[in-house]
Amino acid sequence: MNWLSRLIPNSIRVQGDGKKSIPEGLWDKCDECGAVLYRAELERNQQVCPKCDFHMRIPARSRLDGFLDQQPREEIAVGLEPVDVLKFKDSKRYKERIARASKASGEEDALIVMRGAVEGVDLVVAVFNFAYMGGSMGSVVGEKFHRAAQRSLEERIPLVCFSASGGARMQEGLLSLMQMAKVSAAIARLGDQGIPFISVLTHPTTGGVSASLAMLGDINLAEPKALIGFAGPRVIAQTVGESLPEGFQRSEFLLEHGAIDQIVDRREMRHRVATLLALLTRQQAPEASIEPELITSDETSETD
Amino acid sequence: MAMHFLDFEQPIAEMEARIEELRLQVSEQGVNISDEVDKLNKKCVSLTESIFSKLTPAQISQMARHPERPYTLDYIEKIFTDFQELHGDRAFADDAAIVGGLARLDGRPVMIIGHQKGRTTQEKVARNFGMPKPEGYRKAKRLMEQAERFNLPLITFIDTPGAYPGIDAEERGQSAAIAENLYLLAGLKVPVICVVIGEGGSGGALAIAVGDHVAMLQYGTYSVISPEGCAAILWGSNDKADLAAQAMAITAPRLLELGLVDHQLEEPLGGAHRNPAQIAADIKTHLITVLGELEQLPLDDLLERRAERLAGYGVFNDAAV
Repeated sequence: MNWLSRLIPNSIRVQGDGKKSIPEGLWDKCDECGAVLYRAELERNQQVCPKCDFHMRIPARSRLDGFLDQQPREEIAVGLEPVDVLKFKDSKRYKERIARASKASGEEDALIVMRGAVEGVDLVVAVFNFAYMGGSMGSVVGEKFHRAAQRSLEERIPLVCFSASGGARMQEGLLSLMQMAKVSAAIARLGDQGIPFISVLTHPTTGGVSASLAMLGDINLAEPKALIGFAGPRVIAQTVGESLPEGFQRSEFLLEHGAIDQIVDRREMRHRVATLLALLTRQQAPEASIEPELITSDETSETD
Repeated sequence: MAMHFLDFEQPIAEMEARIEELRLQVSEQGVNISDEVDKLNKKCVSLTESIFSKLTPAQISQMARHPERPYTLDYIEKIFTDFQELHGDRAFADDAAIVGGLARLDGRPVMIIGHQKGRTTQEKVARNFGMPKPEGYRKAKRLMEQAERFNLPLITFIDTPGAYPGIDAEERGQSAAIAENLYLLAGLKVPVICVVIGEGGSGGALAIAVGDHVAMLQYGTYSVISPEGCAAILWGSNDKADLAAQAMAITAPRLLELGLVDHQLEEPLGGAHRNPAQIAADIKTHLITVLGELEQLPLDDLLERRAERLAGYGVFNDAAV
């Protein structure tokens, strides 16, 4: 039993057989091991399965909530809306897709940017919202990222980005491809000024986002088992005409091949990022401050 | 060598064959029918003009991939002197899908980088159909850095279906290789001039296409994903590529409108391969002109202009404006 499973109360250490029916609303099932999990606990655990440590998808705002200090928090680069310049239509109009995604998510587009701090280290953080059209990068995402980097430059504070994206947004045609150049240029400006950029790759990060901002961190981190690559596995399998090796394009594969610096558990991300940024910006080592709910669980487990 | 004709060029092919037949008769029988040949030639020109005046985006996409279209090395030979090809990424291999090296443009030393497709089957395979692997982008990166070190303007030729989607490419960091070039080009301290000569396929194209001036040949294409790839994802079928080509705005006139390319270079009637000497001469004139303009700018202005250009990409509604 690892430190984490020790920290979870017995009540939610459930054996999963994948066959139990799950009452609506209260319970969730782990995507990986099938364990039935109490939803409130799972949320407290940042959508990481307490049974097998599998990292499930976490909504962008929940991620920000679990990552940032309570204060300061200021959402920036707001008030931007996508435009259907090409009048693009496949099975649906892009306009409809925008309307639907905005309504379903309550977000402007697939990136949320905040000025905040982590364990007292000031930073700007951008988080991809995969629920919004697969986290695809179009003009709004590019502009929000650009503004995030601008704010970092102005205040001379680090930039952190959590990516989760299928790549460039096809419905914006070449405009979306050009966002790769735009965000890379923004990162290059930070580099010129000696302002750190940490990229955290989460499941999944592919295509134009992987081939631009996500791989340009001074430090590249990844969550465990995230799918990360330039081409998607289906395209590669078609091209090479053979099945792909086990674990291909997962975080562990990327670490082994030298593409990323570390694989970091989501629950340790705050402290790890704060520690790295403090080192890069020559600040004092931050003190680990675990999220209030988790402290409670920790204390409980210690008295067991 | 017999010309290769695309399906929509068949009427032109037939008429040219008839003209050729007549010519042969003339030389064999000594009959004077040159008036007839002239007339047919004129008809053939107007037929070609008519067909090429209304090409669909899907047809232009075929033109961009025309098997006889001039490739980067063809242009290098016709436009530059003293070309010295430089090989290898100094780490893993020499990727033949990207070529590059030193040369002179109108006497002026420059650095050239371009995608390179193969002409024969053997060469196509050797050049991986113009789809670079990470070592190709890293060779390009090495040459970009060298251009900056020796203050040589960089000229790039874009012509790729895309970066290679393969297991080895992923293992060696295809994403990072492309991303690092985007980063480097954003601040490269020399003028960078790009010409899309054929297919501008996605990130694999962009990795050598970020610069101070981007021109496109009339029958080139530039897109975020191939029409076939887009059709497969959004329509669930490859044969909707025509629709995807139309929807994505991949042709020079549309991209000029959108402000994503700066200039369109008209091609000879029937496409660049019908008169490679002429299109090469036009590209040369274009390069000399643009380089002349960019060289007027002090370095700081050049870089500021490029930064504004890159930051300006995108169309969105801003509530604050």
